[in-house]
Amino acid sequence: MNAFATQFRRDFAISMRHGAEAMNPIAFFALAAFLLGLGLGRSTSRLDEAAGGALWVLALFANVLAVEGLFGRDREDGSLEQLLLHAKPLFAALLGKVTAHWMVSGLPIAVLSPLVALLVDVPPSGMFVLALTLLLGTPTLALVGAIGAALVAGTGRGGLLVALLVMPLYVPTLLFGSGAAMTALGGGDPSAELLWLAALMALSITLAPFGIGAALRVGQEY
Amino acid sequence: MMEWLAMGGHGVYVWSAYALSAAALVGVGVWPWLALRRARRRIAAALAPNQPVASGDGKRPEPGQGGVA
Amino acid sequence: MGIATEWFRRTFHRMGSPRWFFAGSRGWMLGLYLVGGALIAIGSAWGLGFAPTDRLQGNSYRILYVHVPAAHLAEAVYVAIAIAGAVHLVWRMKMADLAIAAGAPVGMTLTAAALATGYIWGIPTWGTGWVWDARTTSMLVLLFLYFGLIALRQAVPRAERAALAVSVLAIVGVVNIPIIKYSVDWFTTLHQPASIRIGERPSIDPSMLWPLAVNALGYYLFLVGVVIAALRAKIIEREAKADWVRTWVQGR
Repeated sequence: MNAFATQFRRDFAISMRHGAEAMNPIAFFALAAFLLGLGLGRSTSRLDEAAGGALWVLALFANVLAVEGLFGRDREDGSLEQLLLHAKPLFAALLGKVTAHWMVSGLPIAVLSPLVALLVDVPPSGMFVLALTLLLGTPTLALVGAIGAALVAGTGRGGLLVALLVMPLYVPTLLFGSGAAMTALGGGDPSAELLWLAALMALSITLAPFGIGAALRVGQEY
Repeated sequence: MMEWLAMGGHGVYVWSAYALSAAALVGVGVWPWLALRRARRRIAAALAPNQPVASGDGKRPEPGQGGVA
Repeated sequence: MGIATEWFRRTFHRMGSPRWFFAGSRGWMLGLYLVGGALIAIGSAWGLGFAPTDRLQGNSYRILYVHVPAAHLAEAVYVAIAIAGAVHLVWRMKMADLAIAAGAPVGMTLTAAALATGYIWGIPTWGTGWVWDARTTSMLVLLFLYFGLIALRQAVPRAERAALAVSVLAIVGVVNIPIIKYSVDWFTTLHQPASIRIGERPSIDPSMLWPLAVNALGYYLFLVGVVIAALRAKIIEREAKADWVRTWVQGR
């Protein structure tokens, strides 16, 4: 647990110091939703039920773009190598790192999504379910995305490659997330989907750090 | 014969699916042979005396590598 | 028992040697190409010309004989790549690395073939080529997973290192495939208009099943032959600097 807390505090402090950078994911999400509403002709009725799915896809893009640079700076200044050599257990440290990342990417998107949802005219009943699905889903996105970011970290290639690697793996999260939002917007009970999202989150918390660790170790050999 | 080819009105679908599958199998089957021949020619060109060494595709392994990093 | 394990151990170690594999695999490769090709020809002719017409779907069901083996192998190749990836990560076995490189394009082509034949089959059967059915959706996700494998290999400089990254990705992918399949299945049964839901066939007559068995076996054998051939090409590419490769090239 100590490794988790140390890594979390360090990474969180760094992202707070680059304050404006921490705003980027949520700003992108809001901007994309704005463009979506604009592109669909500013008429609110066109979206209704599909809005949940549309916002989920945008949240997914925002997460992919945010996670891409997760290891870049640490790799450049050598602290990534230190982490791989000294962190005990590495599992906890990586989890701390991803959690700190999620605090500035997934969490703001989830918390502020009801505001963004106003742009595409999601009714209040759907807004909070949407926020809840994002709250449960974005940790999974961050963890799975971190595997892709770790694989690509040493190659000097950027976001498009990470997106190509991890977005197929986002399919279950997207389906349950947008499914819950759509069910709620249609007046149904989304609790089954929400439970599935929670299950996926638990699964990715237990498994993904191993994948991230393996990918980073491989990356050290590039 | 024509009746068989027509497949009861589904001929277009059946035959195009089979043609596509055949093309995929032939393509996938021929590709390694071409790759082997290309590699052989490149090495032969590199070995030939008084010839500039053909440059690789950028993915050539480092010289004398043993596979284990 | 002792002899068998000893034989297995020896073969396993030899398989790890590209030179030994290259020398010993030519006959196997040619045999698999021939037997596999012949079986596919027999199975397809049987399926096209002699299997009875389906009462519900008419003749379009005959696409099954090329669609199902391709779809099945597309998944099998991905799993095989992940297994090779695990072997490569644990033992740093060069042949496993080459097998991943050889397998990915083959698997991708099969996935594309399965999607294309499925699309063609869908037009007369469901009235539309593409449906968000669980199986088609999973197959499309598989195609994207193959894209990822190939893109990552291209992006990492140095072939040996690329293989390690691709191994990790393949294992991550294979862990995800059941989850993806399950979620897609769950989602499509809930959110699908009932009119285009595709039920399992209740039963299939043996006279329709035989060509499928022959074709499936043919696909398996032929594609194992293809992967061996691709491995041989990768060996020569990768070992270009080795003395035995130079001798082989000059001997041709």
